[in-house]
Amino acid sequence: MGLLSLIFGRKEKKPVEVKPPQPVATPKPVASVKQESHKEERPVSNKITLGHVHMSGCIGCCVSIADTYGGLFTLLDNYADLVYSLTLVDVRHIPKMDVALVEGSVCLQDELSIEEIKETRERATVVVALGGCSAYGNITRFSRGGQFNQPQHESYVPISKLIDVDVYIPGCAPNPEVIRNVAVMAYLLLKGNDAQKKLATAYLAPLMALAKDGSRIESDSEACGCDIMLKVINQGLCMGCGTCAASCPVFAISMEYGKPNIDREMCIKCGACYSSCPRSFFSFDVCGDYENILGAITAAMNPGGN
Amino acid sequence: MDMLGKYKTCVAARSTSSEILKSSQDGGIVTQMFIYALEEGIIDGAIVAGPGDEPWKPKPMVATTPEEILAARGTRYNISPNMAVIKESVRKYGLDKVGIVGTPCQMQALRKAQLYPVGMRYVTDKIALAMGIFCMENFSYQSMKQIVEDHCNVDLHSLKKTDIGKGKYWAYTNRGAVSQIPLKVTHKYEQPGCHVCLDYVANMGDISTGSVGSPDGWSTVFVRSTNGDNIWKKAVEAGVFEVKAIDSVKPGLDLVTKLATEKITKNQKELEHRAKMGVNKGLRNPYI
Ligand SMILES: Cc1cc2nc3c(=O)[nH]c(=O)nc-3n(C[C@H](O)[C@H](O)[C@H](O)COP(=O)(O)OP(=O)(O)OC[C@H]3O[C@@H](n4cnc5c(N)ncnc54)[C@H](O)[C@@H]3O)c2cc1C
Ligand code: SF4
Ligand code: SF4
Ligand code: SF4
Repeated sequence: MGLLSLIFGRKEKKPVEVKPPQPVATPKPVASVKQESHKEERPVSNKITLGHVHMSGCIGCCVSIADTYGGLFTLLDNYADLVYSLTLVDVRHIPKMDVALVEGSVCLQDELSIEEIKETRERATVVVALGGCSAYGNITRFSRGGQFNQPQHESYVPISKLIDVDVYIPGCAPNPEVIRNVAVMAYLLLKGNDAQKKLATAYLAPLMALAKDGSRIESDSEACGCDIMLKVINQGLCMGCGTCAASCPVFAISMEYGKPNIDREMCIKCGACYSSCPRSFFSFDVCGDYENILGAITAAMNPGGN
Repeated sequence: MDMLGKYKTCVAARSTSSEILKSSQDGGIVTQMFIYALEEGIIDGAIVAGPGDEPWKPKPMVATTPEEILAARGTRYNISPNMAVIKESVRKYGLDKVGIVGTPCQMQALRKAQLYPVGMRYVTDKIALAMGIFCMENFSYQSMKQIVEDHCNVDLHSLKKTDIGKGKYWAYTNRGAVSQIPLKVTHKYEQPGCHVCLDYVANMGDISTGSVGSPDGWSTVFVRSTNGDNIWKKAVEAGVFEVKAIDSVKPGLDLVTKLATEKITKNQKELEHRAKMGVNKGLRNPYI
């Protein structure tokens, strides 16, 4: 079912019993009571739990989640229960959850943020850095403080500087389609059969590798725009496809004589260019199977077949 | 490694339009396919390597008319970053159904962008037809200039066509002169990124095509995806292509397999070499 169905009054086939998130009254310890009678009455019992944790960001990532349009309903109806979200769920403290989507960077002068990001790590099985700020610091990297109404707030770091992160979704704002793909894959990873787990692992592997790299304390991967220079061109790998230029949200990359030229003054450190470059990572198994994978994702998002 | 990739059919073909064949590189497959798809409403426009601001320097362009597609015919052996305008094709030109032509690496970039569309909101779901072209290697603009002007002794302004075939680099001038140099001269000018490339026949195109395997003026065509298959069948039925069985032409698929195997094995060795280039250190391998 899902919270949004309730909010928007969408009709469910089965009437759904809404229980507050309180401990359910313990059933009487009578040995003769059969186990089945206590089964939950949710239409989909193996959903994953999902939280959206907001740190220092502009809310653009939140808009991106909403921008999955009908997809958000499908995700919440069939695959995930939203257990924590600034705008949609009335829960004050970070609960236990399977997947935490973290938006925004951490302000080192804001104690609450530091506490919350640590709690997120402790309570979530999978932590996803959603968007440029969370993954790379993005525009918040340029903060020098002095702004109302917290002039002392001046140092912002990507969440991986304080906790280990499992998956990166780069980009400013992150693309709704990537969020959808990662959500479906995270579901398959946690709840799928062996073949689905294998596919999900292969799909998520490069996004996990980006996170692993970012989580190294000495990592140099915050450079982003420079990553194209350092890890692709300087490595003799660029073949001039132009994907990096197309993916830059601020048009900091132009193609000069077939190779990217990065205007570093303009780069906001969102990480989109490097992660979309086919020479940052490329899996023949995953990308070569694009027809089946895109088909599977479409099918997952349209379970009714429309 | 699968040298020729997955495919449903492979044929030798050429366009039935003499207008298209007049200055297309081989059988005019790409140009004919895009014009047919445009006229049938399968695509609203196509990303091609259009004329640039310097002679023989291609510029990625969103073509929305048959005239523009025609103007981009032929091979430019230097980089045309076609993926660079993919966002523009949807956002600025407002296309809902985009065609795109590209080398194997550009097809890889496209498929990666469809699965991980970072920084491309609702763009890559608009790709309606991806035409891959075979590719052994590419050159930077300066390299191509060096090859044509210094080695072939042809001014770029008077160059009519360049071609790679039969172990040679060919330069044809507007006035009918032909200059050719052995490919071993051109090797050192190749784009370095091409040396780690593990695809010859554009395995990830919906349809992919090249000259190798078919007689002069004809093209070898692999129909690969379900989408490509649907479109190809319609086009053949409409009579825009003349088609022959690939095993009825010379030199045929064996040569394609041979060249693909050569390229891929050589480049796999290069990847191994790169991994051990230094002392206990090596260069990055993009293939995970
Ligand atoms: C760098 C390079 C290397 C190649 N190597 C081989 C090879 O080893 N063996 C082989 O059989 N074929 C090779 N080809 C492909 C071949 O040259 C023809 O492009 C192909 O056969 C299509 O011919 P056509 O007559 O069907 O296309 P046409 O109708 O002539 O159309 C060609 C299309 O390709 C586009 N194009 C031209 N230059 C580029 C470029 N640099 N990058 C991206 N798009 C471009 C044009 O805009 C046009 O739309 C290579 C092509 C390139 C660009
Ligand atoms: S995306 Fe990568 S390979 Fe393509 S032009 Fe940019 S740096 Fe080069
Ligand atoms: S160059 Fe552009 S895409 Fe790359 S990190 Fe900077 S802002 Fe992002
Ligand atoms: S050899 Fe490979 S990397 Fe180089 S242009 Fe051709 S397809 Fe691209």
